Amino acid sequence: MSSKSSQSLAQDKDLLMLPKELVLKMYDHMVYSRVLEERLIKIYKLGDAFFWIGAPGEEAWGVPLGLLTLKGQGPLFDYLHLHYRCTPTLVALGMPMIDSIRLIMNRVTDISTGGRNFSNHYCFPKWNVVPVTSPIEVQYLASIGTAHVQKKLNSNGITVVTGGDAGTAEGDFASCLIWSSRPGQELPVLITVQNNQWGISTAYQGQHGESKIADRAKAFNIKNRVINGLDPIETYLCLKEDMDYIRKNKKPAFIEAQVSRLYGHSSASGGNRSVEQPCPIDVFEQRLLKANFISTDLIKNKKEEYEKQAQQAQNQVRTEMAPEAKSIWDHIFAQSENADWRNF
Amino acid sequence: MANMAQAIRLALHYAHKNYQLNDVFGQDVGAPLGGVFTATQGVECAWNTPLDERGIIGMAMGIAMAGQRCVAEIQFADYIFNTIDLLKIAGNTNWASYGQYPMPLVVMTPVGAGIRGSMYHSHSFESWASRMAGWKIVIPSDALDAYGLLLSSILDPNPVLFMPPKALMRVKGESLIPGEPDNEKDLKNMIDAPLGDRTEWFAKWPDVQEYLVPIGKAKVVIPGNQLTMVTWGRYVQICKQVAEKLKSELGYQVELIDLRSIYPYDWQAIKASVQKTKRILFINEDTEVTNFAEHLCYRVTQELFYDLWARPQVVAAKNIPGIGLHPNLEDATVPHVDEIYQAAKAIIQEVP
Repeated sequence: MSSKSSQSLAQDKDLLMLPKELVLKMYDHMVYSRVLEERLIKIYKLGDAFFWIGAPGEEAWGVPLGLLTLKGQGPLFDYLHLHYRCTPTLVALGMPMIDSIRLIMNRVTDISTGGRNFSNHYCFPKWNVVPVTSPIEVQYLASIGTAHVQKKLNSNGITVVTGGDAGTAEGDFASCLIWSSRPGQELPVLITVQNNQWGISTAYQGQHGESKIADRAKAFNIKNRVINGLDPIETYLCLKEDMDYIRKNKKPAFIEAQVSRLYGHSSASGGNRSVEQPCPIDVFEQRLLKANFISTDLIKNKKEEYEKQAQQAQNQVRTEMAPEAKSIWDHIFAQSENADWRNF
Repeated sequence: MANMAQAIRLALHYAHKNYQLNDVFGQDVGAPLGGVFTATQGVECAWNTPLDERGIIGMAMGIAMAGQRCVAEIQFADYIFNTIDLLKIAGNTNWASYGQYPMPLVVMTPVGAGIRGSMYHSHSFESWASRMAGWKIVIPSDALDAYGLLLSSILDPNPVLFMPPKALMRVKGESLIPGEPDNEKDLKNMIDAPLGDRTEWFAKWPDVQEYLVPIGKAKVVIPGNQLTMVTWGRYVQICKQVAEKLKSELGYQVELIDLRSIYPYDWQAIKASVQKTKRILFINEDTEVTNFAEHLCYRVTQELFYDLWARPQVVAAKNIPGIGLHPNLEDATVPHVDEIYQAAKAIIQEVP
């Protein structure tokens, strides 16, 4: 390590709390996710998609979560009940860009929904990523069910649920706190809120009387904390500690992560970059540059390379088939048993 | 003979022992009560939940996502309405995931009037439920059917709404469940919890056997050739009275069909009967506007129009916001024997 690097690291000791390879991997996934999301927005603006919603500004939260997930299928692995700002987590789990692009462009090749749902509404059973829904907060309810099964099996797997700050007004959020903290029947679930201070166009300040959302978990004696979700190092360390706690104790924990919303709620609000909110990637890049972990050339090359991949993926998806009209009857019932009354 | 609540208990016990059913839950479902209708009393895997219908459905969805089977109870259908978007999601999850996340769960909720339950213990739900694509919807009319339909529901890989009629929960069946003791007192001593302290009580389960009523298959309760009456749930018994009265008083031969499954429904049974009788009357106790029977009636007019010798009709509950407590109010709201009798007689006597 150079003396210059040592000096910088002395000023940013947090970078030393994780292996350098891991720090760089997180940075790489964050950039990959951002380039992908910005491509998704361009796809929408080019008229190749009907709607965009996604996660720019949540990379420092979502990437560590994906990396820390015990990845696999079934209750022996972690379940992820994610909301619709989860591309960074999927990237960290191993999703290639093209799967996200197929989803937003609603192709038959869309591995999540077969062309049936919006961007960021992923479904990956091989990683226990259950279907993302548009109704907010219902994921908090289903999460108690997968956690219940894991508890009964004494599994090392845990359940993780994510959602936004505005949605915590729904009763389903309270239900999750209640059901996961019943005395003697506590559930191994990490309950999280990504607080970006907005619910579409409604500001957080006018709707929340509580000092912090995490206080609601405190009322149920659930281990809780507020973290800087713009810092991937802090996020990783806190997530790891809480996920380890849940695996060991089979009890819930709660994290409120402060994040940014860099392109508004969705394409419905324009999908334009907000300059007021801090960008977790810009901040992280500066730290890594100061520590000589990366160079400006590396940043430039990485972004160019990923943008090239994104464009190629978009071009490929443009050539792929749309779902066939007759496929609307597929999978209404399991094994595509007939569900059309005309054929009863 | 077992009553319907006992039959449900026996089915849950059988499924626990044989189908890997490990979670039966809902408000007051576990010990000591075993459900307000006692339909889960003594069931080993039954447990109590918070008073939270949305939590109950969410728990069921999560268990299904983890690939396990469960039966979740909403105590009365009257209280299922605040879960309707969750029911919608449970019904669309397999479709939305392109077949990757089937939802093998059963929601059990007692339906209908007939227990003097006033405004919030008298609701029906089958017409609402029929709009929940992705769900299978079943409604038993006697104890044996409840046993067989519930076992089929638990085995089904889809979400199934099992709706025993409230008013039939204490009604004894007419046929033994396979393995059920001949003497109903023996059954009671084995599986009914004693009054008072139940902390040391455990059910002694009879060696009941598998008996499946296929979902989507109707039952011809009474054969006939002058009128088809299609109904379900508690109105099977009521329509039986009507059919017997029409026979004894006027000599009419009514064919009575118990639909059993609201969705998928047994169109072939309806079609075959109408082609024989040329006349049809649908009867149920859900409210009359956009009643599920209207869909069936519409289909009859579209596909069997030239087979008909009289206008098909629906007799259902009045389109009012609730069912009043006084018997005069309830009886004026849901179909009663004379109303059905008059409608049936008019259809049979209509000259084409």
